[in-house]
Amino acid sequence: MGITRRDAVLGTAFGGLLLPSTLRAQPAQRPQELRIGITTFLSGPASVFGVPGRQAAEMLIDEINRGGGIGGVPIRPFFVDEGPGVEHLLGEFRRLVLNERVEVMLASISSGSCLACTPLAEELRRVTLLWDCGTQRIFEERRYQYAFRTQANATPEVLAPLLYLLKRKPDFRTVAVLNQDYAWGRDSWELWRAGMQALKPDARVVAELFPRFGATDFSTEVTRLLALRPDVILSTSWGGELDTFIRQAAERRLFERSTFVLPLAESSLERVGRSLPAGHIVGSRGDHWFQHPAPADKARLDRFVNNYRQRFNSYPIYPTYHMYQALSALQAAYAKAMAANGGNWPNEQQLAAAFPGLEFDSPTARMTIREDGQGLEPQLIGTSRHTDALPFATLSDMIVFPADLVTAPVGRNSVEWLRGLSRDILDRVPAPAG
Amino acid sequence: MTHRREALLALLFALAVLAAAFAVPWLRFVLTLALAKGIAALGVMLLLRAGQVSFGHAMFVAFAAYAVAFLAGQVGEALLLLPLAILLAALLGLVIGLFVARYREIFFGMLNLALSMVFYSLLEKFYSITHGTDGMRVPAVTWAGMATERVGGEWAVLVAALVLAIGFALLARLYLASPLGEALQGIKTREARLEFMGLPPRRVLLVAYVLSAAMAGTAGALIALTTRHVTPLMGYWTASGELVFIVILGGAGGVLGPFLGAIAYELVRVYAAASVADAWQLILGAVLLAVILFARGGLFSLLRGRRA
Repeated sequence: MGITRRDAVLGTAFGGLLLPSTLRAQPAQRPQELRIGITTFLSGPASVFGVPGRQAAEMLIDEINRGGGIGGVPIRPFFVDEGPGVEHLLGEFRRLVLNERVEVMLASISSGSCLACTPLAEELRRVTLLWDCGTQRIFEERRYQYAFRTQANATPEVLAPLLYLLKRKPDFRTVAVLNQDYAWGRDSWELWRAGMQALKPDARVVAELFPRFGATDFSTEVTRLLALRPDVILSTSWGGELDTFIRQAAERRLFERSTFVLPLAESSLERVGRSLPAGHIVGSRGDHWFQHPAPADKARLDRFVNNYRQRFNSYPIYPTYHMYQALSALQAAYAKAMAANGGNWPNEQQLAAAFPGLEFDSPTARMTIREDGQGLEPQLIGTSRHTDALPFATLSDMIVFPADLVTAPVGRNSVEWLRGLSRDILDRVPAPAG
Repeated sequence: MTHRREALLALLFALAVLAAAFAVPWLRFVLTLALAKGIAALGVMLLLRAGQVSFGHAMFVAFAAYAVAFLAGQVGEALLLLPLAILLAALLGLVIGLFVARYREIFFGMLNLALSMVFYSLLEKFYSITHGTDGMRVPAVTWAGMATERVGGEWAVLVAALVLAIGFALLARLYLASPLGEALQGIKTREARLEFMGLPPRRVLLVAYVLSAAMAGTAGALIALTTRHVTPLMGYWTASGELVFIVILGGAGGVLGPFLGAIAYELVRVYAAASVADAWQLILGAVLLAVILFARGGLFSLLRGRRA
């Protein structure tokens, strides 16, 4: 259903009549400070991501403000805890937009939070950057004018490790899955299975284990996996549960029998230390790795990693890179919108218009935002190895998957797209480096 | 407190809510949630009159909220959805009440807790139907046939919550003053006396239970229409605990108590989160401790104490 010129003219005419003047585009004044709201987990299990995310935001905003802010305007962040759930978050979202007058929201680690916030952002007409949540449903189920994602989504984050596995260990026959029993655990498994059925239909699923969210004991699951001896064990778990699972599996030598595929393990490497043996597949929800084999600008990556380490005494993990991307996209969008507006401060429509097609720098690459609002982010997958230099596993044989190879095209449903994949895609996977 | 004084207080309270919602637009959302939780807490208070603490009433909240989420696609009218969801919650309350009204005290509390966690798990596990922890979006609804944009919709649901709150407060007041309501005290002190009087305690408790389930259902439907996104967390045991917390904070002495408690709870939480995003739990806990230590009858007793 296309929009004809007549529709457009009529729409504009009636829109002009019906919209109260306050809702029409108003020229914006350059503010004293650029207020942005950032929702992140400050309590609960997901604070393993939320707190580094906030730390990165504070560090990067300090750096931006020392450099003169955005267009001469310093940034002032307002942080909101996602921990108490959707009701609290939606209330805080309203407070920040209506009361604190934030110009931009950086929303959410949890997919549930993103799904709840995005329609509200649209109603409030406030530019919202989905900075870390994974669900692919957002832009596949609806179109948004004010919401944009400055990172990938679950589809590339699951497809890239699957392709890596098919490239590196093409002969596997049996697969078991152990995911957390909540939306991400279920969604990621559905995506993996859809891709695997298309690309390796003879692989057999021998166990689907979904221990409850927040489980602290995986001994039953480990026993079962030891008995079943699957060639591959997939787990998209994260945080304390992944750490515990890795330790308990290591103690009982499960790693010696099966190859693990752990798409989120980059965020656990430093914590689990040498418990994670060499030879297992690790992902990082993007191309986030302090020893990236081919970063676009090595000095930029090193500066980010060193500054973060100096200030917080640990290696940056993927949410900190995602925060970098969101703030970098914000800077690029304001620059683009101001250039299009004759150097004046943009209003919310002008700012939103800058995002589709926007190019910006991540610590490791040059990224774009597609016309549907989805960010195109490369995916780095590697194999764990141990060296004497560091007390935890690092990555070898890294493959950086280009974003357009692993992301579902605009307007396509991810699961259907994965089901329709052909094995040609394997020929387009780049060679490993590093 | 006299009849008239309580009515006057309730009126002042309602006006204050409307004035706050008018002056501070973002508070509309918070106050609507507070009124909804106040209605649910009122239901919990009825059971508390009988000495029974339910640690599972968030089940009815979540049940009604999901009912709204599922039905809003077919029944797009809020004024139909609300009674429908309340009725469904009351029916669920009847079925569960027939079973749990046989138990008292810790057994009553734990059974409610267990059943609510079963329902929570169902919401989470029937992933293909409920989208699990990601939750479901509630489609836009009309109010009395009128489509509303954001601000209009927020006012509509706030006014609906206020009307229902006043309605249920009056109902609860009448009920507590009726023989059936007075009998609740009997369950608390000594049940055998009730039986000697020819009143079956199980039925007395069942009536209160169904009423409280309907009130929790009202809260759930209002919350679903306000947040427009429902998640299983609404039925988690901490949400049930929150209702008990609200009753303790507000005081179980009168029907205004739960509403005072709910509004104080939401405002403390919001302002604590606004000032210290990562330590709001500490502030909320300190407030509850202070209430327990210095005002054992809750905020309501402070009001009454000064005026009586």
